[in-house]
Amino acid sequence: MTPPTLEVRNLRTHFFTRAGVVKAVDDVSFTVERGKVLGLVGESGSGKTVTGFSILGLVDPPGRITGGQILFKGTDLATLSEAQMRDLRGNRIAMIFQDPMMTLNPVLRIDTQMIETVLAHARVSRAEARQRARDALGQVGIPSPEERLAAYPHQFSGGMRQRVAIAIALLHKPDLIIADEPTTALDVTIQGQILAEAQKLCTQYGTALIWITHDLSVVAGLADDIAVMYAGKVAESGPVSEVLDAPLHPYTRGLIGSVPSRNHRGAPLSQIPGMTPSLLNLPPGCAFRARCPRAEARCAEPPPFAEYLPGRHARCIHPHLAEVAAA
Amino acid sequence: MSETLEAPAMRTTEAPPIVEARGVSRRFAKTLDFAAKLARRLGVKVREEVVHAVDGVDLAIRRGEVVGLVGESGCGKSTLGRMIAGILPPSDGVILSHGRDLRSLDGPEARRVKLATQMIFQDPYASLNPRLKVEEIVGEAPLVHGLARRSELAAYVDEQLRRAGLDPALKKRYPHQFSGGQRQRIGIARALAVQPDFLVCDEAVAALDVSIQAQILNLFMKLRKELDLTYLFISHDLGVVEHLSDRVVIMYLGRVVEEAPAEEVFRSPNHPYTQALLAEVPRIDARKRSFAGVQGEIPSPLNPPSGCHFHPRCPHAMERCKLERPALKAIAPGRRSACHLNDLA
Repeated sequence: MTPPTLEVRNLRTHFFTRAGVVKAVDDVSFTVERGKVLGLVGESGSGKTVTGFSILGLVDPPGRITGGQILFKGTDLATLSEAQMRDLRGNRIAMIFQDPMMTLNPVLRIDTQMIETVLAHARVSRAEARQRARDALGQVGIPSPEERLAAYPHQFSGGMRQRVAIAIALLHKPDLIIADEPTTALDVTIQGQILAEAQKLCTQYGTALIWITHDLSVVAGLADDIAVMYAGKVAESGPVSEVLDAPLHPYTRGLIGSVPSRNHRGAPLSQIPGMTPSLLNLPPGCAFRARCPRAEARCAEPPPFAEYLPGRHARCIHPHLAEVAAA
Repeated sequence: MSETLEAPAMRTTEAPPIVEARGVSRRFAKTLDFAAKLARRLGVKVREEVVHAVDGVDLAIRRGEVVGLVGESGCGKSTLGRMIAGILPPSDGVILSHGRDLRSLDGPEARRVKLATQMIFQDPYASLNPRLKVEEIVGEAPLVHGLARRSELAAYVDEQLRRAGLDPALKKRYPHQFSGGQRQRIGIARALAVQPDFLVCDEAVAALDVSIQAQILNLFMKLRKELDLTYLFISHDLGVVEHLSDRVVIMYLGRVVEEAPAEEVFRSPNHPYTQALLAEVPRIDARKRSFAGVQGEIPSPLNPPSGCHFHPRCPHAMERCKLERPALKAIAPGRRSACHLNDLA
């Protein structure tokens, strides 16, 4: 049996700041199979972006991966040298950022940037590299790619820039793409176009995709599996449909209730009281307990990340199992 | 949590409009710099670039209603909202607030009419003065406008904060000491402190996390009931608009393309743009669907397409759509749509 494209086991990334240790990612585990989409969901500060950066080995000091394993097609990325990592980044694993200008250099033409990316990992002629760049632009739906190659990033609209960033991520047909809120800044109709490209990618090339977002609705439509993060930990994970229909963790439940939906127009949303805790010097035990309607004394103990149902994990000692059975 | 916060009663037909925009347009011109003026004198063809941010919009908001104003970036929804709030004068057309033309008023009367409309902004980080304490932010306007005496101000401010869901004990703090959701509450307390009856909320929850967004949306609905408020709720998020609004107005490139009661527009959108927009909205109850995407880009408002602005992206476009601007016409009681297809049926 071939190993999954990515397997993250008990990943911990901590930031050692002067004010104390920030446990941005603290015991995160998930698996992404070939051609599948994992939706990594969470609110601001839940550690979803740092998880993405950790996989790529892009965590800067004072941050450091302090524990766990990241297995890419069975290889532990921690055992690789920096040169081997560099060979992997942009080649086998690519990242798409929320702001495409993080990928694009504003003073270089698109063709310069794309050819550079091709030549960084492939021994091909410049003409061949240009050809590949043009094909990639066409693939993501940029009209007249030949002319657009000669343009500068500022000559593109926001949606088009994001497409260029995706085209660059596609150049080497990577095995894994980590997309960090790539459609958050875009309009609905443009977001639809980008999501359509993402779906095509997974089915055509078997690319595995980690889609980091705060938007449960996007994950519902796009992903196969979901991992909900809260305060640096995965609160719940499992197949999208099952988790969204009958969540186990009270936080997931609260989050879903917070999304306005057409079923209860005008009715009050079931809000989660309070706000997300600061990650600095987080007390032990369940981080959600101060906001949780089910909290009890035992919640001061760290809850285990247990498999309550086949393929469904939750970090909670009193999951909503009765509701799952009823659903 | 069993009580519903439905509208006190949908007074949609008989109530007089609280605010009305008649044929309102707003143009922004980029004036030519020295070099361009010189070039023009030398006979080079340069002209001023004019953006028609809002182009001939009619809109009436009745007392007690929540109107959702929806559109993608650059469609002019914020500009229209600012004009309706009275903080941006229109280039053409009239804004009637409480039955009065804003431009014809001056003195205390103008102040009174303008106070009745308040605005809540998107960015809770930029819309609060960082050098003022919360009590000053909330208390300044009521004091200036004589709504509270200095001796009663502290109690008045406490009351405003409590109503917005903030602990009055925090009023000596500065905005940077609050989270995004709490800052939005400060903005709401500030707006309500001058006792308005109409609020323009411009993307008021767009910058907030989902769980905080739900808290603020619930607060808006609670306040509506308590204070009998009327809202113009501007948002790009159709889920939020659907949840909150009685009536929805959809804009595309400076024009209103459709206007209808919320339930109807989400059930059976008439305009092809509305249809496309609704088809693209991800929904939490739509699983593993395939996305298609509306063809093409949103055109630049500097150089909008002729005729119907949507025709280059419209799957039903006809010859007529390229030539003639469709009028916003009634297609059913309470529903208006600007599409030539409605003439064919």
